Amino acid sequence: MKQFRGFVIKEFYHIFRDKRSLFILFGMPVAQILLFGFAITNEINNVDIAVLDHSKDATTEEIINSISASEYFSIDQFIEREADIETVFKQGKVKAVLNIEKDFSQKLIKEGKAYVQIITDATDPNTANTIFNYVTAILQKYQSTQNKSTEFPYQIVAQTRMVYNPELKGVFMFVPGVMTIILMLVSAMMTSISITREKELGTMEILLVSPLKPFQVIVGKVVPYIFLSVINAIVIVVLSIFIFKMPVEGSLFLLGLESILFIVTALALGILISSIAQTQQTAMMISLMGLMLPVILLSGFIFPISSMPVILQIISNIVPAKWFIIIIKGIMLKGVGLWFIWKETLILLGMTVFFIGLSVKKYKIRLE
Amino acid sequence: MKTIGFIIQKEFKQIFRNKGMLPIIFVMPMVQLLILANAATFEIKNIKFAYLDNDRTPTSRALLEKFNASTYFNVLTDYASGKKANSAMLNGDVDVVLEIPPYFERDLIKEKQNILGLTINAIDGATAGVESVYVSQIIQSFNKNLRTELMQVSDNSVKPVQITTIPSFWYNETLNYKTFMVPGILVLLVTMITLFLSGMNIVREKEIGTLEQINVTPILKREFIIGKLFPFWIIGMGLLTIGLIIAKLIFDIPIVGSLALMYAYTSVYIFVVLGIGLFISNFTDTQQQAMFIAWFFMVIFILMSGLFTPIESMPKWAQAITEFNPIKYFVEVMRMVMLKGSSFTDILPQFAKTLVYAFIMNGLAVWSYKKQE
Amino acid sequence: MEDNKVIEVKGLTKMFGDFTAVSAITFDVKKGEIFGFLGANGAGKTTAMKMLIGISKPTAGEAKVAGFDVASQAEDIKKNIGYMSQKFALYDDLTVRENITFFGGIYGLTRARIKEKTSELVQELGLQDLTDKLVGSLPLGWKQKISFSVSLLHEPKIVFLDEPTGGVDPITRRQFWEMIYKSASKGTTIFVTTHYMDEAEYCDRVSIMVNGKIEALDTPKKMKEQYKAETMNDVFLKLARG
Repeated sequence: MKQFRGFVIKEFYHIFRDKRSLFILFGMPVAQILLFGFAITNEINNVDIAVLDHSKDATTEEIINSISASEYFSIDQFIEREADIETVFKQGKVKAVLNIEKDFSQKLIKEGKAYVQIITDATDPNTANTIFNYVTAILQKYQSTQNKSTEFPYQIVAQTRMVYNPELKGVFMFVPGVMTIILMLVSAMMTSISITREKELGTMEILLVSPLKPFQVIVGKVVPYIFLSVINAIVIVVLSIFIFKMPVEGSLFLLGLESILFIVTALALGILISSIAQTQQTAMMISLMGLMLPVILLSGFIFPISSMPVILQIISNIVPAKWFIIIIKGIMLKGVGLWFIWKETLILLGMTVFFIGLSVKKYKIRLE
Repeated sequence: MKTIGFIIQKEFKQIFRNKGMLPIIFVMPMVQLLILANAATFEIKNIKFAYLDNDRTPTSRALLEKFNASTYFNVLTDYASGKKANSAMLNGDVDVVLEIPPYFERDLIKEKQNILGLTINAIDGATAGVESVYVSQIIQSFNKNLRTELMQVSDNSVKPVQITTIPSFWYNETLNYKTFMVPGILVLLVTMITLFLSGMNIVREKEIGTLEQINVTPILKREFIIGKLFPFWIIGMGLLTIGLIIAKLIFDIPIVGSLALMYAYTSVYIFVVLGIGLFISNFTDTQQQAMFIAWFFMVIFILMSGLFTPIESMPKWAQAITEFNPIKYFVEVMRMVMLKGSSFTDILPQFAKTLVYAFIMNGLAVWSYKKQE
Repeated sequence: MEDNKVIEVKGLTKMFGDFTAVSAITFDVKKGEIFGFLGANGAGKTTAMKMLIGISKPTAGEAKVAGFDVASQAEDIKKNIGYMSQKFALYDDLTVRENITFFGGIYGLTRARIKEKTSELVQELGLQDLTDKLVGSLPLGWKQKISFSVSLLHEPKIVFLDEPTGGVDPITRRQFWEMIYKSASKGTTIFVTTHYMDEAEYCDRVSIMVNGKIEALDTPKKMKEQYKAETMNDVFLKLARG
């Protein structure tokens, strides 16, 4: 036990003596979460659109006003001809063009319906779809205020209740994801270099000859990084709560425990990578190149997993980040207790055991 | 001048001899491109939908049938009580719950207004907003048909006005996310590889001691840097080419604009990334530090590139920061040239900014490389 | 500058913050000499050498190597000197031939000349079977010899060797010094640092650095007389203690 303690202390020294890396390990996650919490959102704001108004009457003016009044849109310019649509899109100046048909008011009064074509630049399909839906919503609202004066029979109205995030704040969706991504990448990166550095320096042989059991070496390497990552996690959670006003509907204690679990999972993954890689360079490339995009894309951080093809939904199950995001959102936004997230917790636990087990096995092989 | 040739020769030999790294440089990105391009979609479909039918009449069933028929919604089940529904939503089993009040059919026929309860999991605010629009569209269309049926007799009664919006999605009629995502992800992969390789390169020579040896030779700083840039530039362009071939063959991404223009732009772009990498490499003492710093910038560049979340949605100060994000320009140029067929004059601002950026970063890389401390 | 002196050092100093690594050293090296720059680990030898080869700027004092000033004409110096670093800096992942080609090319040798030099080197060292093997797979002694030969590819006037014989067996060390003699006999000046005091006997003149200062400078014979010592090792011990 004493040898183990000595080993862990040595690992601590390594880390704390490298001031530059320390600065990066602590400073960067903070800088990133601040940056991303404010910048990453898919709420649309002040999207530039153009208007091609074939009618130019009182009604169309009201419609255009209701759109420009909304915080979502900003009318960049009015165009006069259909041919101009292509030009403004090619120049990249606007994301959508409102094409209002001729005799709009008359058609509305006489026939009871009129059309607005919403032409969107769908090279960014998500924004295009959102723009279409939001413009539609604004027009529907306008429509219903027009219809409000009269009580129509046979009217079905839906009264909507947005739960867990009534103000539809973008941060609620993204901050848990950002927290997870940063914790995961930093943790995996830190440990992936740890073992390969010993290999390259040659000190690995010393460890192999020592009376420390392989399991102790592996765990000993993980322990100091747990402390570092926990500090990181605390800072990130505190920032989320106070600066981004994330609620903590559920138990802070449970959040803490689950975070520690996730950190250990990520660290264990890093150790596994480094036990496979031959050089520091390879280890770093794998943990960065290999993890970054899959974690961002398959964890449900930005893209809903349910919208992905089935194969990818299955693959996403092996991304630890996916489970932790569910856990965080559950605890912070929905206020659930362990009863609702026991499945995800168990999965993370299982992954950790698997990663560590595999690392110990690889390490043992070297002994033979 | 000839010296550069010798450096290039050495770098290529070292890269291709490194058997462990080769799959990481060439195979890993392409595998990721193939798999992940399918992942990046905001299409909102398979919405987990459930209902509480407190009416259980033909009319209420007809309304629910509309949801069943819709491709947006995945009707999972009905719940016996509000409590069960809430519990299911807490568990993540369902995201949208529609509650039909009792006497729904009766009240409709009596010409009264009817209010349905709609509960939406709003953690993803934007998606919730869109889901809400989808639901109201279905309800409205059902409402309209119902009204037409019930009002067959008197057609002098006042009808509500209806403004109908028609969508028209240019350059990507089917809202195929891949059209947008594949070039974007390709950009990210090329950027990552070139940044990490160049970032670690000089530091590694520092760590093993060969850099000192080189500093004692009469080699010029710029010869050294150029010699280091070139092989990685070739790799970057090579990756781009393979990626584009995959994009066309496997994903059938349209390439509307000029391929030559894209290559021209990419060649300048890669120099920016390499310049950043070499600059980082000059300032760090260990490969570990270099990688951490490169990673820091990479994550910021990726998330703030406009590829996953629109730049227009960011606060003004964040948008200002993206001016320094080379990926942002690449994504814009890709979209404009590849998908819209924009010309050189259209992308001139991005091209010019990227060119200036390339000069500055590589100038910094040469300047910050000290042969004599 | 006297025609004979290839290295002239006057009051050369290097400070890192408050710490003085090299303190106002003054000495000369004559053409064709084998000059031993001795001292314990940490005495300042490597720091001093780094200034002479133009990769470290002096804090004070001046020095001229091959007629060029170390502070302002470092790049000119580099054209005229060869260097073998403590880590034998050859590329482990390149073959012997490839290393020679690379460094030869950096020094401006034509491809034809490089080819000539390569076969010369291979012959001299008996490397015929090893030419296309990765340097990383070779034993330390071989790396050392190849490194030395590479530093001479461009036939420089002066060669700086930093602890060139670290970690190899006595026979290999002996062979290495034979290579040094051969080079010196052709007129190359050899500036070598070492902490192996017995190697001092092989030099024409030696200087001994203690804590950044040169405490002694003379031929090994005269130094032993002066300090009444049997071996250079004893000379050093006496100096270090005093």
